Amino acid sequence: MNNSHEVTLENHVHRDDVGARMGMWLFLFTEVLLFGGMFLVYAVYRFQNQEQFKLAALELNTGIGTLNTIILLTSSLTVALSIAAIQNKNKFLSIVFLNSTLLLALMFMVNKYFEWSTKFAHGIYPGSKELLEKPNGQILFYGLYYVMTGLHGLHVLIGMIILYIIKRQIKKDIITPDKYVKLENSGLYWHLVDLIWIFLFPLFYLIQ
Amino acid sequence: MANTIAENYLHQSTNKYKGILSWLLTTDHKKIGLLYFVSILFFFLVGAIIGLLMRLELIAPGRTIMGPQTYNTLFTLHGVIMIFLFIVPGLPAIFGNFFLPIQIGARDVAFPRLNLLSWYVYMVGAILALVSLFLPGGPIDTGWTFYIPYSIRTNTNVSLAIFAAFVLGFSSILTGINFITTVHRLRAPGMTFFKMPLFVWATYATAWIQIIATPVIGITILLVIIERAFGVGIFDPALGGDPILYQHLFWIYSHPAVYIMILPAMGVVSEIIPTFSRRTIFGYKAIAMSSLAIAFIGYLVWAHHMFTSGMSDTARWVFSLLTFIVALPSGVKIFNWVATMYKGSIDPQPPFLWVMSFIFLFSIGGLTGLVLGSLATDIHVHDTYFVVAHFHYVMFGGTGTIFFGALHYWFPKMFGKMYNIKLSKIAVALFFIGFNMLYFPKFILGYMGMPRRYYDYLPQFEPLQKVSTVGSWILVGTIFFIVGYFIHALIKGKKATSNPWGGVTLEWHIPSPPIQENFEVIPTITHKPYDFSQLKEMKNE
Ligand code: HEM
Ligand SMILES: [Cu+2]
Repeated sequence: MNNSHEVTLENHVHRDDVGARMGMWLFLFTEVLLFGGMFLVYAVYRFQNQEQFKLAALELNTGIGTLNTIILLTSSLTVALSIAAIQNKNKFLSIVFLNSTLLLALMFMVNKYFEWSTKFAHGIYPGSKELLEKPNGQILFYGLYYVMTGLHGLHVLIGMIILYIIKRQIKKDIITPDKYVKLENSGLYWHLVDLIWIFLFPLFYLIQ
Repeated sequence: MANTIAENYLHQSTNKYKGILSWLLTTDHKKIGLLYFVSILFFFLVGAIIGLLMRLELIAPGRTIMGPQTYNTLFTLHGVIMIFLFIVPGLPAIFGNFFLPIQIGARDVAFPRLNLLSWYVYMVGAILALVSLFLPGGPIDTGWTFYIPYSIRTNTNVSLAIFAAFVLGFSSILTGINFITTVHRLRAPGMTFFKMPLFVWATYATAWIQIIATPVIGITILLVIIERAFGVGIFDPALGGDPILYQHLFWIYSHPAVYIMILPAMGVVSEIIPTFSRRTIFGYKAIAMSSLAIAFIGYLVWAHHMFTSGMSDTARWVFSLLTFIVALPSGVKIFNWVATMYKGSIDPQPPFLWVMSFIFLFSIGGLTGLVLGSLATDIHVHDTYFVVAHFHYVMFGGTGTIFFGALHYWFPKMFGKMYNIKLSKIAVALFFIGFNMLYFPKFILGYMGMPRRYYDYLPQFEPLQKVSTVGSWILVGTIFFIVGYFIHALIKGKKATSNPWGGVTLEWHIPSPPIQENFEVIPTITHKPYDFSQLKEMKNE
């Protein structure tokens, strides 16, 4: 990687925040399409097994789901505030808000952990005997549940790693009040993670 | 332009290293293009040798040099290599990387480091694919389409191999994002969208397909891997999953992917024809817009691969109709190219000859595509050699031919060396003969009922199978011959001038090979892209 202060002719530094944001939006677009494929699969199987999907959904814990929705929405707010803070040249506040985002994300994952492990304890996981005895529609529901929320959880994890790195960069003044497009882009990513959950939540927890 | 500047990108470095590290850590789009070039060429040759081996097996009925299982793994590998490692990344990653920034008057792509990363991601994908061959379980044997339910039942290393395809898709997405942003942000002053060369338009349209279609195959592949690992049921018919749904998801990517393969090739054709006809392109806007039209309609035809797999009749005729409609923008291009040559002063140099070969082969491929797109005939020839012949004519005869066309066109610019024109003219002819000998019999065999993916066949197919095998020797021989004279040109070739063909797009305004920054001063664009009145001024430069 280049040493950024070694600006020679070969090493011309080219900066384009609009371009960087455009690239990020395009990337988010591909993420939407990735989950779009999953939503398509969900739609097809829900259409084919309407009754079974309803029955299976009854067993999910709407309480935890709701809690997690609130947590994730709040974390989206704190990321936005962190960007606002750096725009107002308040490095300290920006870091505080990023820390709260990370904390909320962690809470989300902990809830998820407890939710999944209770399901596991009841013997409901892919390939388990209990699950295989149920009708196909319910197997599919849980298959989709684990895959889609799992994939989403993976995105939360990746988001956490990214936000952590960003936080370090703010501390080290790599991201500054006049050069914060990386923070903005990570914020965008985090909003996407949030947005996808907003769709997952009703599809699995609310349609009962 | 002073040709005394010894400095060019081949000897300059974007980092503090010299030698190999100046390549492996480079952020120069031209060097990255060459990294892709070497790796993609390598895999193409591997794929070609596998093809040769398959043809050798098919020289006589019964077992010849390999058993059925080996044949299964070979056609799978051949398909995976040719599709995911050669033809999909081929033109955009090599020539797009090298020439897209130059043709719009930029110094580099929008995200140079991301560009290098996508090469590494490509290599990781390729290495994973190789590793999957040698792990216990054996190489994947599903065919390049990885159809359910066989792909979740077979014990071969499916998961790792398709994960490799997932990784390669990621590389393709990163390149796509990079190119779109580059075109939007880095055009030189005066370079409006409608002054961009058509290769840029084509690569731009391709980049959109790359980012819109690839995630769908990504998720589909992940689902197959998850299915194999955990048995969640999403694709397992025993648990309620739907194999037909898999086919839909697969083709929602893989049909648009054929436009990822062909559009950049069409872009190159739109560059070569004006240059060697000394005439501006006929119907510039129509060609540019037809790329976008193909990109768009190309999304809506995927189910023509599934006419026999179980769909409603309504769905069938709708998809058939849409398939016919997508032929229109392709036709627009062909007619515009031919019209460009009308009253031009044609100079039949090697790149132009490759293009002629392309128009012939691609037209056969395209027209037989209509045979496959019609419901009644498709039922008869589905999954036969007719299909094998068709896709080799479009992919290999189309994009593959233009891969060589582009190489012959831009080689002097890329390396500053000229190859042997006479030998290369012979190569075009040999390639054309070998190609048709290899694949044309397959149309007839398919029509007679020879199924694809079989290592054995009935005795009545023998004569045509033999012709086909001999064709493969000529074709693969020619390919190595071409590689040979290019290597020779690299070492001993004459120095190429900055504009050996008399082209007028921006890459011909700069020295061969270009300097690392491409332009000493960013040019201001006043001319249309194929305005040959510039040639006089250029001579005085
Ligand atoms: C270089 C010379 C080539 C030869 C000798 C060759 C030969 C073959 C043969 C014999 C088959 C198997 C037919 C069957 O049994 O069904 C095949 C399949 C295939 N080829 Fe080629 N081919 C060549 C180049 C290419 C290129 C350049 C591409 C792509 C651009 C390509 C793409 C494919 C694909 C996708 C399949 C289908 C694999 C499958 O059934 O899963 N081939 N080829
Ligand atoms: Cu298709």
